[in-house]
Amino acid sequence: MVTLQVNGQERNFDGDPSMPLLWYLRDELGLTGTKFGCGQALCGACTVHVNGEAVRACITVLGDIGGQKVTTIEGLDPAGNHRVQKAWREVGVPQCGYCQSGQIMQAAALLAQTPNPADADIDTAMSGNICRCGTYQRIRAAIKQAAKGG
Amino acid sequence: MTTAMIENVSRRAILRGVASMGGLVIAVKILPVKDAFAQAKKYGAEGMPHGTVNNPQAFVSIAPDGIVTIVCHRSEMGQGVRTGMPMIVADELEADWARVRVAQAPGDEVKFGNQDTDGSRSTRHFLQPMREAGAAGRMMLIAAAAKRWSVGVGELEAVNHEVVHKSTGRKLGYGELATDASAMPVPPRDQLKLKDPSAFRYIGKGQIPIVDGFDITTGRAKYGIDTRLPDLKYAVIARPPVFGGKVVSVDSSEAMKVPGVEKVVQIEGTPPPAQFQPLGGVAVIARNTWAAMKGRDALKITWDDGPNRVYDSLAYKKQLEETARNPGKVLRNEGDFERALAGAARKLEGEYYIPHLAHATMEPPSATVRIADGKCEVWACVQSPQGTRDQVAKKLGMSPDNVTVNVTLLGGGFGRKSKCDFVLEAALLSREMGGAPVKVTWTREDDLQNGYLHTVSAERIEAGLDANGRAVAWRHRSVAPTILSIFAPDPKLEAPFEIGMGLVDMPFAVPNIRIENGEAAALTRIGWFRSVSNIPHAFAVQSFVAEMAAAAGRDPKDYLLELIGPPRIVDLGPVKDSLWNYGESLEIYPIDTGRLRRVVEVAAEQAGWGRKLPAGHGLGLAVHRCFVTYVAMVIEAAVDAKGNISVPRVDAAVDCGFHVNPERIRSQIEGATVMGLSLAFKGEISFKGGRVEQSNFNDYEVLRIDEAPRETRVHIIPADISVPPSGVGEPGVPPVGPALCNAIFAATGKRIRRLPIRQQVQSMQG
Repeated sequence: MVTLQVNGQERNFDGDPSMPLLWYLRDELGLTGTKFGCGQALCGACTVHVNGEAVRACITVLGDIGGQKVTTIEGLDPAGNHRVQKAWREVGVPQCGYCQSGQIMQAAALLAQTPNPADADIDTAMSGNICRCGTYQRIRAAIKQAAKGG
Repeated sequence: MTTAMIENVSRRAILRGVASMGGLVIAVKILPVKDAFAQAKKYGAEGMPHGTVNNPQAFVSIAPDGIVTIVCHRSEMGQGVRTGMPMIVADELEADWARVRVAQAPGDEVKFGNQDTDGSRSTRHFLQPMREAGAAGRMMLIAAAAKRWSVGVGELEAVNHEVVHKSTGRKLGYGELATDASAMPVPPRDQLKLKDPSAFRYIGKGQIPIVDGFDITTGRAKYGIDTRLPDLKYAVIARPPVFGGKVVSVDSSEAMKVPGVEKVVQIEGTPPPAQFQPLGGVAVIARNTWAAMKGRDALKITWDDGPNRVYDSLAYKKQLEETARNPGKVLRNEGDFERALAGAARKLEGEYYIPHLAHATMEPPSATVRIADGKCEVWACVQSPQGTRDQVAKKLGMSPDNVTVNVTLLGGGFGRKSKCDFVLEAALLSREMGGAPVKVTWTREDDLQNGYLHTVSAERIEAGLDANGRAVAWRHRSVAPTILSIFAPDPKLEAPFEIGMGLVDMPFAVPNIRIENGEAAALTRIGWFRSVSNIPHAFAVQSFVAEMAAAAGRDPKDYLLELIGPPRIVDLGPVKDSLWNYGESLEIYPIDTGRLRRVVEVAAEQAGWGRKLPAGHGLGLAVHRCFVTYVAMVIEAAVDAKGNISVPRVDAAVDCGFHVNPERIRSQIEGATVMGLSLAFKGEISFKGGRVEQSNFNDYEVLRIDEAPRETRVHIIPADISVPPSGVGEPGVPPVGPALCNAIFAATGKRIRRLPIRQQVQSMQG
């Protein structure tokens, strides 16, 4: 049995402890905001926070995170108005939107650690998150806007 | 007498004049010659299945509380169509955008008109019908108010969600009028009063954020892969590693031991040409995706690879290049190329190679199907909702009336999701499970190794220049396996729609032109990839023009403009009648060198063409007309001493005629730039032993944020409503590769003719 907190709620899981957090969130809890993109921590679409740190849910095994606090895109802000979410909308970042949950979670973790990131900080922190629509220019702008507005 | 005619086999394009289409099931119509001819003369939306519908009753509903729901019948994959189409309707309806909601249409083309979201044509084909639907709705609301007040409609006007009696100032809200208005007759098309464009509230303004923005940024947005239903089963499939391969034997005993695995099912493959049919293989159905994936890993399958096991990309490249060095089928012939070349002061040649590419949509293909009580329900991220509906119905032996295709958001499309093979897989598996809902998920490995790939191409161009460096002779040979190969047995030549993408429609003012197409056999599934054959054609043509300029000692922009020649409508002579022109009439959408010149001039001016650059920097230029849109790009490349390349800035000029949502035009071009840089720097799917050599984003690399341009500036050419609109989903891609390689040449003197660039500049510098 694995016990963990997901978006502030305690959850118990007695299935396969080798199951990655991604599939637990999506298939078992119905939290489909966290996306599958590669399964190998190569694209960042599944980025969530575990104890406030950005991690790739697709390679984070449930058996390894017992007792820890998981935050997904659905739990980032109760009203969906985290400064990163707001900046994303104001700048008009998303195109298809599929990777944006992961981008937003990564950006939120970046700003929590580095409140005023320079271009190089942004590039470094965000380079694990692929956007196939190519919204990178607006991601940079939105992170800067969120940093200012924070 | 009859002629074989494929009517939208692809549902992407009308393909004409393709003979010997044995084995086609879905879409060949054998038509009498005169009918086929008549059909061939249909242009634009009328040439697409089910054309357009402008009925407000299909697209607009108004609730008593005033909430206006507008249906979007095209698939949203990031291009902004769920915002753009409803904006058009809302504007003509004179609706308050804050009180507009958007609903997604299921696959139903009789009701909504064509739904194939591809070919950069949503705005091109539906600006007018959506205006008409909105205007008709507005007129019905006015008619309802006129009846209520017993006044003439001429005394009333619609203003921002209300009908106003002009002389008295009395008002009725749309909600109050909704029920009465719905009973009003729909005004006939010739009585519709469209707004004067000066009265547009939303069209062309670019102030409306995308309708899904909140849901996307909060994780609420639902893509195909997010479908959840009671008792849902999850499936992954082991498909033949070599295209056309078959299962010889399967041992599923270990897979069945994986907790959560419920069933292992073999899926029949489809002999070529397999169109959009499943590849076959072995499916594992489980209680969650993870169990299904573990179960698949535990399968022991023996495959018969079949004839395509010989596919080897290195050998194939040599073969394509060899073919391009020899005469091919002549597609266009003006003047006397050989004679002009013989008399030329200078001869140039360039061979270009562009490998297979995978769409790699961030959301891999995924579909859910449930069959119950004689009805089938589908939830899927498809670009072709009606085509999917028809194919699922056929696969299951049902009437399309009993199949509902619910269209989710698409996590990227790029042409991949025009092919519904993944939906057919889910349909077969649901049937295997007694109709229980089954979701098929493709992993990234599946996506890269079992997809439909962009073609692979060798392009050879030769030119003769006179003593002044002017082009007097031009020969372009293109060799690439054709998309037709998924529809017809073993075709070797490119289809009209492929050669019409920047090959035969080359617009340059050169007196002696010869364009040829050499034969190539397809050894894998070829499919549409964002901008399709324009990618290789534009790469070769626009790179070669810069090579010619360099050989002539001229500025590349001046040389390009000279080659384009004076502003005119290009007359392709005998080629004109067979030119695909993206399904559009040449009268409405001609090849206009004035527009081509203008985007070149605007991009160059905005980029500061000729400005002094830091050491190691260079500017490269390319222009291309495709999907009847004109795009020019100037890319600034910075190459360091080790040969590492970065892109500080891109300036793109876009002429897409009258435009609806400039904000999304910009985002599409920004994104296309990134995709174009991705394919130019890194994109390659290669084969060895018939198998794709890449497996995931570690070896099929795509551009990441640290490699993206620091700044992409999009300059939209203004146009009023008299200039017919065209799309921007695809046209941003083709100029990127050649503009980049031209920039690298300007920075270093090194010419890249083979994509991807990867370490080529480093090794040249070394």
